[in-house]
Amino acid sequence: MKKNMIYTITAIIVLFVLVYIADTTLDSYILRILNLCAIYTVLGLSMNLINGFTGLFSLGHAGFMAVGAYTTAMLTMPLATKQMNFFLAPLISPLDKIVWPFLPSLLLAGLLSAFVAFLIGAPVLRLKGDYLAIATLGFSEIIRVIFTNTQRLTNGALGLKGIPATTNLWWTCGTAAFTVFIMVSLINSSYGRAFKAIREDEIAAESMGVSLFKHKVLSFMIGAFFAGIGGGLLGNLIGAIDPLMFRFFMTYNILLIIVLGGMGSITGTVISAFIITIAQEFLRFLDEPIFPSVPALPGLRMVVFSILLMVVVLFFRRGLMGTREFSWNKFFGFFSKKPLAKGGAE
Amino acid sequence: MTLELFLQHLANGISLGSLYALVAIGYTMVYGILRLINFAHGDIFMMAVYFAFFGVITFGMPWYVSFVVAIALTGVLGITVETLAYRPIREAPRISILISSIGASYLLENLAIVIYGGRPKTFPQVPIFTDMVQIGNIHIQLLTFVIPVVTVALLFALMYLINMTKSGMAMRAVSKDIETARIMGIDVDRTISFTFGIGSLLAAVGGIMWGLKFPSILPLMGVMPGIKCFIAAVIGGIGNITGAVIGGFILGIGEILLVAFLPKLSGYRDAFAFILLIMILLFRPTGIMGEKISEKV
Repeated sequence: MKKNMIYTITAIIVLFVLVYIADTTLDSYILRILNLCAIYTVLGLSMNLINGFTGLFSLGHAGFMAVGAYTTAMLTMPLATKQMNFFLAPLISPLDKIVWPFLPSLLLAGLLSAFVAFLIGAPVLRLKGDYLAIATLGFSEIIRVIFTNTQRLTNGALGLKGIPATTNLWWTCGTAAFTVFIMVSLINSSYGRAFKAIREDEIAAESMGVSLFKHKVLSFMIGAFFAGIGGGLLGNLIGAIDPLMFRFFMTYNILLIIVLGGMGSITGTVISAFIITIAQEFLRFLDEPIFPSVPALPGLRMVVFSILLMVVVLFFRRGLMGTREFSWNKFFGFFSKKPLAKGGAE
Repeated sequence: MTLELFLQHLANGISLGSLYALVAIGYTMVYGILRLINFAHGDIFMMAVYFAFFGVITFGMPWYVSFVVAIALTGVLGITVETLAYRPIREAPRISILISSIGASYLLENLAIVIYGGRPKTFPQVPIFTDMVQIGNIHIQLLTFVIPVVTVALLFALMYLINMTKSGMAMRAVSKDIETARIMGIDVDRTISFTFGIGSLLAAVGGIMWGLKFPSILPLMGVMPGIKCFIAAVIGGIGNITGAVIGGFILGIGEILLVAFLPKLSGYRDAFAFILLIMILLFRPTGIMGEKISEKV
């Protein structure tokens, strides 16, 4: 066990060295893709906690992200930019006078998302399966509709422009590593076992003394917390947000990540967040004219992704990893030639 | 608000409600038989509008031919979606089927964007539906009367189909218990395909009338009506066809009257359906016409 701890710490140090090297040497296009990878890792993990580990099929992620993105943007934007944005109607007061640093803004974004999740979850989490899916989808749409209509708070449909580009590789990879750490600790704690028990069989879990309400709301809130932080990072990476960004398309993308990675696998989510995000950039050529004589078909890339989602669900229902996880023992076992009984590979 | 204005809003509400009802029937039938929210239903609705559009504009068919062809094609599309996306994983956990239906919906939307282009198109106007008539002081489109009449006629036809014919009996049997129905010699796969086909036909009729009423058509136009019609089905009691119609009317009339009486809230029009949904789920989860089902351990 102690040996594994050392490996983990080494891996984290290696990660930080890599981030340092990447941050200083790579060009801004590749950095942006890596940033997106890390942000989608955070978002995927947060959705996997709710959907994969607790078995609550929630489709409200875009709403939580919107809360996070708007909170962070409103708190970090310089006063002059705020005035430029709110030319139709003045911004409501405290917000027009304060500018916060990035970290407290992000934290508040996460907390606000979690609070919204509590308000939503308390009544809705009694529902099951597809009813829950449609109710959470509905709530995330309501959040979007509210944001479109509160001109003085969110600038309505015009959205916010000129959000400071604070997000860099340190922020995103740091947050991603922190999220992985929290998720692993959470899943291996008594709470995590309770979540999984609820996923496997609610009635059995309840009869074993697991409080359904408490654990469902908790899982929902923690998921929303990280979704809010992910949204905040995304907003400050892209620099401009508007309510249309947070339609259910956003939720579908994250759903694709967790389905491909395996519902209920942290490792799978991390891997597939990178695969999907890089593939989305790599396949951009599909939107361009491929053959000189054939006109370009913008949107073809998304067709490929929707087919991918279908293929994974139909033929590889467990995704890349199923519910398996990475561990150092398996990792080294894979390379050693020792027989299985002495810790060799399967 | 004058009486005339109120009647005008009410007529609009009834015709919108009839459209919701037609699409909601498709949801409720599929849910009744497979216990599945067919997320792709809204996109099948959208496809019908485009089929009719291309029939008239590109192929120059008269509107009645084009509409019939579009309705038939949409039925085929519904059956295709069922065969490709739902049949292979019918035994899988329900979450997988739900994800598959989200995937099918996503695929249809993206295909529509690629094939039809993202820019809005204008649905052809058919004079005998879109002309205005004047009754007293009310100016109203003829379509406003045509839609409820078509809906009610189709509803009666559907009721006859389900309650009086052999196929209808098979559908009812499959929705009660798939395994037992199979033992009784019912071709379950065919019955489920048939259900999807009927649901898609009704969605196609709804879609085409929607196109006549709101002529600006887009690849993503099916998403919102799709979700709202599912909500209508839940309000009425999912699995119950009369309930779906009642739910559709409540939603349509409620939405129009909300905007009419409280114009300030018109931006929140789309939120109304969701608030209604959450209220229903919290206070009467089985809907207006639904039966209480207790969970077995």
